[in-house]
Amino acid sequence: MRCSSSLLTAVIALLACVTALAQGPTYQLGRTPSEEDIKARDIAISPDGKELPPGSGTAKEGATIFAQKCAACHGPNGTGGGLVRGVIPLGNAKPVKLAFSLVPYATTVWDFINRAMPQTKPGSLTANEVYAATAYVLYRNDIINETDVLDAKSLPKVQMPNRDNFLPVQPGWKPGAKRPFGYYP
Amino acid sequence: MGSHSHSDRRRFLMGGAALAGVVTGAVRSVRGQTPAPEARPRDNLAYGQPSRFDDTIRKTTGRATAISDTALMTPLQDLDGIITPSGLHFLMDHVNGVPDIDPQQHRLLIHGMVDRPLIYTMDELKRLPSVSRIYFLECNANSRPLRGPNGESVQLVHGRTSCSEWTGVLLSILLKECGVQKGASWVVAEGSDANKYTMSIPLGKAMDDILVAYAQNGEPVRPQQGYPVRLVVPGWEAIRSVKWLSRIKVVDQPYMAWHESGNNADTRPDGKGLWFRFELGPKSVITRPSGGQRLPGHGPYEITGLAWTGGGAVRKVEVSTDGGRTYKEAELQQPVHRYAHTRFRIPWKWSGEEVVLQSRCTDERGEVQPTIAEAAKNLRVTPDYFYEADHFNGIQPWKVNRDGSIQNALFL
Repeated sequence: MRCSSSLLTAVIALLACVTALAQGPTYQLGRTPSEEDIKARDIAISPDGKELPPGSGTAKEGATIFAQKCAACHGPNGTGGGLVRGVIPLGNAKPVKLAFSLVPYATTVWDFINRAMPQTKPGSLTANEVYAATAYVLYRNDIINETDVLDAKSLPKVQMPNRDNFLPVQPGWKPGAKRPFGYYP
Repeated sequence: MGSHSHSDRRRFLMGGAALAGVVTGAVRSVRGQTPAPEARPRDNLAYGQPSRFDDTIRKTTGRATAISDTALMTPLQDLDGIITPSGLHFLMDHVNGVPDIDPQQHRLLIHGMVDRPLIYTMDELKRLPSVSRIYFLECNANSRPLRGPNGESVQLVHGRTSCSEWTGVLLSILLKECGVQKGASWVVAEGSDANKYTMSIPLGKAMDDILVAYAQNGEPVRPQQGYPVRLVVPGWEAIRSVKWLSRIKVVDQPYMAWHESGNNADTRPDGKGLWFRFELGPKSVITRPSGGQRLPGHGPYEITGLAWTGGGAVRKVEVSTDGGRTYKEAELQQPVHRYAHTRFRIPWKWSGEEVVLQSRCTDERGEVQPTIAEAAKNLRVTPDYFYEADHFNGIQPWKVNRDGSIQNALFL
């Protein structure tokens, strides 16, 4: 009896162990962040824009913000720092290096302005200012109209000019897999 | 986590360190315990320095780059073996300055599609099982052909690659601690530099061999290289190896951050674009004798150089002393590490005649380093296409002239 009960205990312990291996943490280090901890730092915006905050802006409003906070580096016309250089087709005698020809989603522009601009005080723009500044640079690159309102709903729907000209992201990458032709050099 | 407040604090501490005097040197910390923040002035005794006769330093092409970009290249021609000294590791920053981070304040947050989001301190990361691995990091823009004086040295053309022994925790351990949920397929990694540099990486690679590294060549990772902790993504373009790592979000799609789309996408002449190329191709380059050097006279020399590949291990390096007509297999320094610089050496006797020296790498998958002509033929372009292309891994020829001077012969 005694023997079988300790055997049972051992089996239960073993089962618990297997369950722990399957889904539980092994080292129990680190602390659980609060919802606020995560929210305060979760600034990355996905292409579908589900993380975009409330707010809105137009290119017209953006022009004012641009003059105040961006023109010092990008120039009064936005031609500095690669900002307003237009969009061209990707097939070319030379590799295309124009940012707005290569950006696939307007969320990418919003995300970068929000996290990295202006250079002297990154991350200091309000949501409305980021929407407006995004609208302004998209307008200046002839991607949207001056009066188009960008917000959490409309921004992900902006069609970037070359979005459909890219090969699908290498799906199902596996270690050691040979790359398809054209991936190098 | 503003870097400004950190540097203010550091300045304050540096003032205090002088008063603390002897006490400063006495602070010792066991792994996992909390070291006291302190600023140690380092002199030649406290931290050994190279000889005053030695001028092995990083250099820049002096090319004006985009806002706040810094480009410092590793002096490959002056180095031996496979390890790049940490202070000579190349630096190619797309961020707004090198942040000054207090490791006591630094946190790594892992969240998103996980069962248990977690925040780690540096001390906690160092309590987890560690590994040390020798990996190269190479910028995707390395080896772009250059013309003029800048094109005449292996340092300025190929010096955006470096190789270190990295120590840290496998990212897979951290992800397993958090419990990755079904449907997750990518991670988004973010740095704590002023711009919060961001990159998307497929979950398959994250669960395979990516390191969360806090040590480089035996000492803490240098600030320029990501202190106190960074990603090291073996074999992949170094833009993926996020420095000053502070956040990993587990997600179900690539986030197409600025530096992986607008700023680092690639295009092909056929009108198609590529957002992600990940692995670097097989590459090798003779580092001695190389462009800009001069052979003092005919007689015996050792030809030596480095080879590496994003495909794993270098299997073979061949050296030609006749411009690629014939090749001889070079000796590889053992052991050959996967995703690491591999040193090759072969003895050579210079007759005093004009010759062209070049090397060719074959990796464990059987991929072979192409000549620029072969690469151009593959893409149906003229060779000057590669002036602005990334991931160029063409064979590098060096021409030895009769007077012993050596020049870049890629376009001769």
